[in-house]
Amino acid sequence: MASRGAARDGFVAHVGRRSLETARALADVKTWGPLLAGQMRRLGVDSVPIALFIAVFTGIVLSLLSSYIFTGTVPMYFVGALVGKTVMMELGPVLTGMALAGRVGASIAAELGTMKVTEQVDALETLAYDPNSYLIVPRVLAATLMFPVVTAFAMAVGVGAGWVTSINLLDLSTPEFLKGLKQFYQFKDIWFGLVKSASFGAAVALMGCLRGLDARAGAAGVGLSTTRAVVLGCEAILVLDAFWALVLL
Amino acid sequence: MIVLDNLAKSFGSKQVLRGVSLEVPDGRNTVIIGPSGIGKSVTLKLIVGLIEPDGGAVEVDGEVVHQMDRRRLAELRGRVGYVFQFAALFDSMTVAENIRLGLVKRGHGEDVIRERIEESLAVVDLPGVEDKYPAELSGGMRKRVGIARAIALKPHYILYDEPTTGLDPITSAVMDQFMIRTRDLGVTGLVVTHDMRSAFSVGDRIAMLHEGSIRQVGTVGEIQATEDPIVRQFIEGRPGPPAPAPAGRFE
Repeated sequence: MASRGAARDGFVAHVGRRSLETARALADVKTWGPLLAGQMRRLGVDSVPIALFIAVFTGIVLSLLSSYIFTGTVPMYFVGALVGKTVMMELGPVLTGMALAGRVGASIAAELGTMKVTEQVDALETLAYDPNSYLIVPRVLAATLMFPVVTAFAMAVGVGAGWVTSINLLDLSTPEFLKGLKQFYQFKDIWFGLVKSASFGAAVALMGCLRGLDARAGAAGVGLSTTRAVVLGCEAILVLDAFWALVLL
Repeated sequence: MIVLDNLAKSFGSKQVLRGVSLEVPDGRNTVIIGPSGIGKSVTLKLIVGLIEPDGGAVEVDGEVVHQMDRRRLAELRGRVGYVFQFAALFDSMTVAENIRLGLVKRGHGEDVIRERIEESLAVVDLPGVEDKYPAELSGGMRKRVGIARAIALKPHYILYDEPTTGLDPITSAVMDQFMIRTRDLGVTGLVVTHDMRSAFSVGDRIAMLHEGSIRQVGTVGEIQATEDPIVRQFIEGRPGPPAPAPAGRFE
């Protein structure tokens, strides 16, 4: 138990040290600059389909669930309010973040882990590249910038799916749904969700990079690092979610 | 010149190097021989600062490697080429892109880069593979691309990590020719290997690493004529305990 605690403390210190090195490597724009657009496409644009798939079903379930809760107690236009608030402030960012923790975190950890165990990272260093500048910064930056973009699409599609469900499966009209949506809407609902998702992106990519670069012992080691990256990414999302709720609400 | 001064390195409880001292003179190929897992590759990684020693120091051109800051270390790596045991080519890049990467870092223009790619691939007898991916090449071709990637930077030193391991005898001989040709171009070579045929072929000096320190250093002729039972056993590839040394020697 004590050794597990020590290992966790060691990892926290490792994350802190790597984060500082990554922040320092931000100055090396010549190295990471040309790689950023490719990573934004790979980590962000290519993740849009899975995020939208999740958003559609989240919107459907939320509208049905709120109808089930509100029927007979609360006016039905509140369905729009609940779908809007929940998708924009919580489920949009968190579910998208979780899905991307699987897709992006695993992809980064597997790629960098393979590079590590096949000495490609060492080769990069012998060519005078700093792995922080070449490998970590473009990925962390791309995820930080693109998670909010993907989440914004997911929010729009989630609310849209809730609206389509409400007018087709529930006894609700479009004006009623929009009334509920508008009545409790604040601009903060959107930026709160987007700020959270940016932090989720940074955390997921950083965990993927760190675990990948720590990979040991061949294919099994890469597999283990990938699993750990996904688990840590999901844990980081939940911790950050609570953090932002405490700080910003 | 590269100087290894009483190098020590441990991994966990395992002490791999216990005081390795060796001079690598300019313009010659020095070969470090020794059984697998004895710390030969660790020695090379210490030279380019990929890992830090627990004790002792590596000096390259008079500068202590582990005391260098990042900028100095980057400059050092510009002077030292590294050929990895399994080539360590970037598998998501073509051969040309692999070679290009180091040249871009040094700020060369496109014309120079194109010229160097062609030139280095010609030296290793691999013209026309620029657009191929490492997965499309044989093991020997990958190692030759690894050499091309290193020599494209026109380094003063090249470190070869087990360059002939896993290759057939003919490809191994071809690799030896490349290492000799590179030395003849004025590049100082440090080769680690347990392939004695290759060591005798490419080496001007041979050092045997045994139990964490240098057991013997000498010319090819001196090593071939050694009476040290440990070195003799290794170069002859004899299993079992080493034959006893002549009285009064190596005690």
